[in-house]
Amino acid sequence: MTDDEIIAAVNKILEEDFEVDHSLLKPSAKLNEDVGLDSLDGVDLIVAIEERFNYRIREEDARAMKTLQDIYDNIRRHIGPDV
Amino acid sequence: MIDNDSRNKKGVRQAAITGLGIISSLGCNLDETSDSLRNGRSGIVFDEERRRLGFRSCLTGQVRGFNPKRYGFSHKLLRTMCEPAQYAYAASLDAVKDANLTEQLRSSGRCGIVFGNDSCVKPGVESVDVVRAKGATHFIGTGHIFRTMNSTVTMNLAVALGIRGANWTLSAACASGSHAIGQALMLIRAGLQDIVIAGGAQETNWQSMASFDALGAFSTRHDKPQAASRPFDRDRDGLVPSGGAACLIIEELSHARARGAKIYGIVCGYGFASDGSKHLFFPSEDGAIRAMKMAIDDAEVNPADIDYINAHATSTHVGDLVEANAVKKVFGTSTRVSSTKSMTGHECWMAGASEVLYTTLMARDGFIAPNLNFVKLDDECPPIRIVGKTESSPIKLAVSNSFGFGGTSSTLVLDFRQASKA
Repeated sequence: MTDDEIIAAVNKILEEDFEVDHSLLKPSAKLNEDVGLDSLDGVDLIVAIEERFNYRIREEDARAMKTLQDIYDNIRRHIGPDV
Repeated sequence: MIDNDSRNKKGVRQAAITGLGIISSLGCNLDETSDSLRNGRSGIVFDEERRRLGFRSCLTGQVRGFNPKRYGFSHKLLRTMCEPAQYAYAASLDAVKDANLTEQLRSSGRCGIVFGNDSCVKPGVESVDVVRAKGATHFIGTGHIFRTMNSTVTMNLAVALGIRGANWTLSAACASGSHAIGQALMLIRAGLQDIVIAGGAQETNWQSMASFDALGAFSTRHDKPQAASRPFDRDRDGLVPSGGAACLIIEELSHARARGAKIYGIVCGYGFASDGSKHLFFPSEDGAIRAMKMAIDDAEVNPADIDYINAHATSTHVGDLVEANAVKKVFGTSTRVSSTKSMTGHECWMAGASEVLYTTLMARDGFIAPNLNFVKLDDECPPIRIVGKTESSPIKLAVSNSFGFGGTSSTLVLDFRQASKA
């Protein structure tokens, strides 16, 4: 899976399940302030990513995710490099 | 300043109905619902999914023409609202608009919300399914806890409507909605609130009715769904579950008058009783009689003054007989009676509120809705005056009965003599 495919998949979840406007989905966007997710959204987003990419995210890793780039990076680490 | 004209004979604050909202099998707006009532249009259907799943009865009321898009349900709202909360939200938005309850009025602290609701089964089932399938609660997500609680209705609506006064859900089986309006009346009389957004909500999904179906109390007239609910009729064979939500804005009369609100009528009497018998699910005549007498006394009217009784009658053999006998003992045999459950089916936790709303629409539009499918009175029934066909008639005073499991009874008296002219 390429980086672009990861970004597209995560952004699709945010747009379709969380009604986030596409224009807000920049890699540097902060999940709370910029994207507008509350703490419950954060938990549900983790579940949605886990189900989409089929792995469990550790709680401490989830807590450390502040930006969209953090999410993309976590997924990349878990599913391995695009080879 | 005390506005004596707005108080009853005892000098007590009165509670007006100043707004209505309905999501039901008869319609999702006031005019369509009134039209269904007047024309005896049933909202009952055969549900193929229940047949496939092995239900004894596959009949259910089906909410008619609900358009969620009209109410702007966002992802955030839907995350925490299960089916009855969604219906209640829609009905409340319509009632708030009808009563012109501004944000300032809603957030004053003098406005509360009390709804009747007694189950949210589906999200509970879904939560358990997830745990069993995935072996972890984590995958349930965050919304289900707010969807599974009975108070899902008022917790969601209080936030959405910015309520800062009373905020709770009342559970009393099939009398829940009626007691909610009774409690709104008490809060207003006591001077604790000026406005109460009151109502009842009921889920219609098959999950919520599986255990009720197991009681064997539902009609199995599968060949004629719209003839299945037939309260008081000799050939009735059980009730049909149904649902939706009804909302009534209950407002202190002088408060309503001062802001020029439309007044549909007055909730002028409330009576309640608990059977105190040994039976959980067989109603007692004694409890019904005590609730009706208490409400009539509370309203300071005579039984003979009542123009119409909206009966609880659900189309079960025992329940209808008990109510008919109780009605005869309190009101005699000349007061007109019909059960709108003949059209809606049994709206359970919502019924006590929706039936006050249906009665209010009848009074507004000058008719008494028929007890659909009433062909011949049960031989065991006393000869009470069942309205089998729509009657054009003014309604000045009406009674609405609601009874529930555990012997909880609620009767409300409604006075339409001070209603605003259309």
